[in-house]
Amino acid sequence: MLRIVVCVKAVPEPKAAEDIKIDPVTKSLARMEVPLVINPLDRNALEAALLIKEHDEAHITVISMGPPPAGDIVKECLALGADHGILLSDPAFAGADAFATAYTLAIAIKKIGQQDLVLCGRASSDGATEWVGPELAVFLDLPVVTMVREFAETENATWQVKADIEHGYRIVQVQLPAVFTVTQDLNVPRTLSFSGIIKSRKKEITTWSLEDLAIPANSVGLEGSPTIVSKLEYVESKRECQIIDGTLEEKVEQLISKLIEAGAI
Amino acid sequence: MIGDDQDLLWVIAEQAGGEILPVCLELIGHARKLAIDLGARVEVILLGSKIDHLAGRLISAGADLVYLGNAPDFEPYQPEIFTESITSLAMRNRPQVILIGSTFMGRELAPLLAAKLGTGLTAHCTNLVWGENRLLEQQIPAYGGIMTIVCPEKRPQIATVARGVFPIPDLEEERTGEIVPVEIPQGLETRVKTLKIVHSEPEGVPLETAPLVVAGGAGAGSFEGWQEIQELADTLKAAFGSTRPAVDEGWTDLETMIGQSGKMVNPEVYIGIGLSGEQQHMVGISGAKTMIAINNDPKAPVFDQVDYGIIADCRVFVPALVRKLKELRESSGSAAHDV
Repeated sequence: MLRIVVCVKAVPEPKAAEDIKIDPVTKSLARMEVPLVINPLDRNALEAALLIKEHDEAHITVISMGPPPAGDIVKECLALGADHGILLSDPAFAGADAFATAYTLAIAIKKIGQQDLVLCGRASSDGATEWVGPELAVFLDLPVVTMVREFAETENATWQVKADIEHGYRIVQVQLPAVFTVTQDLNVPRTLSFSGIIKSRKKEITTWSLEDLAIPANSVGLEGSPTIVSKLEYVESKRECQIIDGTLEEKVEQLISKLIEAGAI
Repeated sequence: MIGDDQDLLWVIAEQAGGEILPVCLELIGHARKLAIDLGARVEVILLGSKIDHLAGRLISAGADLVYLGNAPDFEPYQPEIFTESITSLAMRNRPQVILIGSTFMGRELAPLLAAKLGTGLTAHCTNLVWGENRLLEQQIPAYGGIMTIVCPEKRPQIATVARGVFPIPDLEEERTGEIVPVEIPQGLETRVKTLKIVHSEPEGVPLETAPLVVAGGAGAGSFEGWQEIQELADTLKAAFGSTRPAVDEGWTDLETMIGQSGKMVNPEVYIGIGLSGEQQHMVGISGAKTMIAINNDPKAPVFDQVDYGIIADCRVFVPALVRKLKELRESSGSAAHDV
């Protein structure tokens, strides 16, 4: 049986998150309530696990680190078909950078027990660093392949995967257990079904705190993070916009003359 | 150590087919500037096969020393061999800073190095300057402003930077520097192996060097709308770019994405169509000389960040513009033929 862990992150709904801005007057972040959703690329990671389970015997654990409301996205993953959910939640975990996040996830994955495959989305829509997957692999002492777009051959414990590079791809052979970060090209994530929601009622979510992980408080959260945010500054736009007005025809002609002026045509 | 005369600033260089990637030269140029302020040395690591001729180029760009791994096992990029080689060099030499290009290789290698070395890493920086206590201030765009990230205690301070953020330095052919060979790590058990790398011919005009860039966003509304923007780019012989939401829609691939975690471009003219002006995208084209936006929402933030704005539904405006451009071309084309 293939034991699979899928790492998921609760992120602010990407469209709504665009509206979180520095207030030009107060120079601080305008706080607002933005709904949390599953990080879009983590849906591709979960879908990959679910597709494997359709063909082979597999057990899928979903793990997420976040405040208690992140439990809702773990529940959603269970309704989509994951077998077990783990939420890492403790005030001590707050403020973690990618390093501390990867370290905490690694400790928790070790606590679950031996795994064959750890799947992560390539990047989160909010942090967008792409660091957690590879760093997690180092802390678990596992090989990693980033930007996986296709599982080419999955016989035995040596898999061949196709992964993105600039203008092309690479074929990588990797010995399981391994960590993969996946792109949106890997699959099309399924949506929630009524029967999935019903079935998920019987599935459990385990919540682990700092104490459950038995690691020092200074190795997690803000304290365990090598990087910190030292400044947040508002930047004034350097450009002044001139609106080109008129009928459709006039707008088209004015735009073309601007392009000629600028030497673009 | 902070305060040491021989502070080291490292750049991990990357080559493909016997050519140094431009982003590496840009990083060496910037590291040179940072080194002058601190009296530090710039050292560059380059791994590959049949790359002896490239060391001199790295020195001309500003390296004081090149660690050159020149062996068949260094080609193609193998994550475990590269990570082990660079990690052991870094543990012996203790650089203050390591800069890495935000290429696909750099994006995989940087976190492997940071985790192995137990240090911090900042993604896709848009500026790097010295701050107080000789801390490297690593700037990234966030929330409509600039966020500065520092790594106060752990060393090295590692950052990735995309192509086009810093200028390519003038090459000084007469510069001299040391070349130190890097051996293949012995006794390393590898579990992941790159079997082959397949390069496809990039389609269309390359974004990085194009004088004219047309970029589309989610406002295209559908794949059909998207193709019309693409046709406009073709008609103008412009490079074609995109925003993250357009990539998320599946209309185009990551290669075309402009922005902090995509491509940084510096064209003469930029035309943004059906995009809101989200910062992650706009930071990628802030170096453009003339900027034009087309959006049907007069309140779209993009209009605060460009020189000319057209308030119009791109699904109506773009086809009309393409038609007019084709008419003009036909009339001037026949005129040229007459001459």
